[in-house]
Amino acid sequence: MSETPTPRRPLSPLPEKPPIPTTSPTTFVGGGLVEESFDLALARRHRNGRIFEWVCWLATWGSVLILGVLIAAMAWQAFGWLTPKFLVSMPKRNPAEAGILPGIVGTFWLILLTAILSVPLGVGAAIYLEEYAKPTLLTRFIQLNIANLAGVPSIVYGILGFTAFVRMFGLARSEYLISFGIGTFQLTLPFGRTVISGALTLALLSLPVVIIASQEALRSVPPSLRHASLALGATKWQTIRYQIIPSALPGMMTGVILAMSRAIGETAPLVAIGAATYITFTPGRIGSLSEVVTRPDKLAQVPFDSFTTIPMQIYGWINEAKPDFQHVAAAAILVLLAILLISNGLAIYIRQHFQKKIRW
Amino acid sequence: MSLIPRPASFASAANPSPTETAASPEASPLSGSHPVAANAGGANTSGGASTPLKIETRRMNFFYGSHQALFDINLRIPERAVTALIGPSGCGKSTYLRALNRMNDIIEGTRHTGDVLLDSHDIYAPNIDVVALRKRVGMVFQKSTPFPKSIFENVAYGMRIAGIRNRTFIQETVERCLQQSALWNEVKDRLKDSAMALSGGQQQRLCIARALATNPEVLLMDEPASALDPASTARIEDLIIELKQNYTIVIVTHNMQQAARISEFTAFFCQGRLVEVGLTKQLFFKPREKETEDYITGRFG
Amino acid sequence: MTADDRQSPNDPPLASSHGSAASDLVYRFTWQRLRENFIQFTLFMCALLSVLTTLAIIFVLVSEAVFGIPPERAFFQEISLSQFFLETRWAPQYSPAFFGIWPLVCGTFLIAAIAGLIGLPTGLLSAIYLSEYASPRVRSIAKPTLELLAGVPTVVYGYFGLRIVTPYFIRPMLRPADVFGIDWLWNIPVDGFNALSGGIVVGLMIIPTVCSLSEDVLRAVPRTLREAGYALGSTKFDVCVRVVVPSALSGIIAAFLLAISRAVGETMAVTIAAGQKPTLTLNPLSQIETMTAYVVNVMSGDTPVGTIEYKSLYAVALVLFLTTLVMNLISQMVLARYREVYQ
Repeated sequence: MSETPTPRRPLSPLPEKPPIPTTSPTTFVGGGLVEESFDLALARRHRNGRIFEWVCWLATWGSVLILGVLIAAMAWQAFGWLTPKFLVSMPKRNPAEAGILPGIVGTFWLILLTAILSVPLGVGAAIYLEEYAKPTLLTRFIQLNIANLAGVPSIVYGILGFTAFVRMFGLARSEYLISFGIGTFQLTLPFGRTVISGALTLALLSLPVVIIASQEALRSVPPSLRHASLALGATKWQTIRYQIIPSALPGMMTGVILAMSRAIGETAPLVAIGAATYITFTPGRIGSLSEVVTRPDKLAQVPFDSFTTIPMQIYGWINEAKPDFQHVAAAAILVLLAILLISNGLAIYIRQHFQKKIRW
Repeated sequence: MSLIPRPASFASAANPSPTETAASPEASPLSGSHPVAANAGGANTSGGASTPLKIETRRMNFFYGSHQALFDINLRIPERAVTALIGPSGCGKSTYLRALNRMNDIIEGTRHTGDVLLDSHDIYAPNIDVVALRKRVGMVFQKSTPFPKSIFENVAYGMRIAGIRNRTFIQETVERCLQQSALWNEVKDRLKDSAMALSGGQQQRLCIARALATNPEVLLMDEPASALDPASTARIEDLIIELKQNYTIVIVTHNMQQAARISEFTAFFCQGRLVEVGLTKQLFFKPREKETEDYITGRFG
Repeated sequence: MTADDRQSPNDPPLASSHGSAASDLVYRFTWQRLRENFIQFTLFMCALLSVLTTLAIIFVLVSEAVFGIPPERAFFQEISLSQFFLETRWAPQYSPAFFGIWPLVCGTFLIAAIAGLIGLPTGLLSAIYLSEYASPRVRSIAKPTLELLAGVPTVVYGYFGLRIVTPYFIRPMLRPADVFGIDWLWNIPVDGFNALSGGIVVGLMIIPTVCSLSEDVLRAVPRTLREAGYALGSTKFDVCVRVVVPSALSGIIAAFLLAISRAVGETMAVTIAAGQKPTLTLNPLSQIETMTAYVVNVMSGDTPVGTIEYKSLYAVALVLFLTTLVMNLISQMVLARYREVYQ
């Protein structure tokens, strides 16, 4: 530092300067009107600003509060009805004995099949669009189409599923029996109101969501990683397989989990394909956990059996005449919300955790 | 909340330019020594003319979090003159400029020590209303930043937020500011068009007009012509020379020819320190510091 | 290349590497290349599936609603367009049946309007809060929580509207006599199913959509514009309301359109809370039926396939699909243009 610092001295106003004469006719900026108005308005503007900030604050935390109100209201409605027995019982005509076992099991199988169907397809489409596709008209069309599919009402997917999978455009009914050593497996065409119809419908429904989320995850992988891998002589697919997918995996998993939790809560398309609201068995008639291993015939039958899900059971109970069923519905809602809270929480955890860890 | 008292009356077009002021009996407040040169230890005041002081920083340090960006800056900026801040990239000249209207407040984790005085009032004092401060200390940025509104609304913005409803006044002011910024003839027939449709140079002049419309006393310019073509740059430079009759202008520039062309005073920053300051002619032709000489002769930076 | 090297171990190393490298560069068949092409083709098929889905939706709706596959006759081959769009009654079960879409359109509009009144301003204000006011820490808490609100299933919102909002919020306000025993105040009749409760819950449902989309567009407004605003003596309020929001306006409109389209397509909440009675009314306190609720109504009943009532649901679904499609398309285009401006 080359200069000698000026010694610090107490702040004192400088001697008053003589006023500068404003002789020119074009005195600049009209006679201090801006100043006058500015000074007058300043306090009001600060006040408005504070009010506005407060309103914005209220809108945000009010919305968060609504989530709390919603959960609290459900807990209040369900108070005394959500028992361990409720989770493992079949639905009954008597509200006090009703349970959601078929809903829980049905939801599990449905979402498992949906994920098996939609995740590879969705991730594959995302990889194609992000890594392979050149910006042609077709690519842009596919992209626009995906964005629009994400906005198609779920009930329309339900109609598609009903027509294409449940009825198969009015295909005549045919049955195929395949004998196992320990039982028979029955395949019916058209699929009818079975798990596979529901899963296919929900897969189509969640496909755009999975694609968009995976694309975002892929886009966040820096291009330098691609270039580095390609420069080492890796082929395109090797680069994707060994470099890009591992880097994008957390983001993809978050997107997939969020898409699947949305599918868990879907009701409208299942109503449309005619999933049962009242059913007293689980898909494939699997009676215990061990049968999943010991009875492959029953396991194979699962996709082709009738089913219900938790939201469908809730919908059924809401439409029941007996007032006590409203409490049963609330209890089921709590179960559903708990499942969703866990899966959403998991998705958010993965995102936050890996966001912190990976820094490019 | 208080406002810094304004000078009793503000400049007029007929006001004498700084060099003329030097001849007036109204002496510098700082015991005869040149306000700018005084920073540099007052060692060399030859050729220095004294002008009234507008902005002064005393022993200012500035930090981004734990990183110190400015070290002990003592600088006095004279009224109604162009002061250029030059120096290599990252030397802190933009940070310094942004400290003069507390623009750095927007960035989280910034803090400073020392005093920044506008008309000898500390602008960082707790009772200062930063909104009122920025109205008086306007700023023009490197990248032109027209709002996506009409040309007219861009210039009228400052008056609208100040709560002025008088439409004739707004119209007159918009016209005068556009004339001052030499843009009027190009846009007078399409004031309602979007400002985004203007060329880069026009946008930058629009931003200057917009800054003038709030009637500031100081104009801070952060490399206002660095993104423009030579013709637009020349227009902006002419404009700055025009404006210094009425405004105190502090300009950051990478272009040393530009600094030489338009400024009376130049301050050379390097690595967060103020190396040398003085009359532009003097600093360019007879730099006192080796670093300055190296920089202006193109040996580094 | 390794094979080449092995075959000519005695060659001078330089020449060998040169020769093999040159031959390697020639494009020729390898299994690896075939595999690469096969993978690319498979992935392309995955992407094309989305187009097939759209085509399937259009085919299903059009074949039942507009052009039947002979010998089947489609809905509009039996019911004239003029009846569909000019009749004001929707009564498929009557004989003669009436197929005037307006009561359903009206119900849908009512729900979307109420939901918009509640959801759009709230969502936008919270987006402004998150993008302009909130500290990063607050944002990291508030955003995931709002996402949870978006994750609540619609059937739950339906229950909330029917069993909580109507009896505990709307009724006490409009009929104080029932709740507080005050009979000298107003007493406005409220149906058990009403459009207001449906609209309110749909409004709550779209808050996260509006908020997250708007926040994205607000944050895309360059910081330089905000700084320019501050440099002119703006308060934070001025910068938000006069600089940031106008700059992001097209993006915000796109977000609004998307949210409204979601409200139009929303099914379970309105079916449960707003009722299933097609009424041509703008009274938010009466029972109505939206297009989506009608579809659910028919599909969850025992309407035989092939009847005119069954086909009518495809006609309604087609109207619904086209409405949301147009809104989504406009929204996408506006958003695309918005992104271009700030990139």
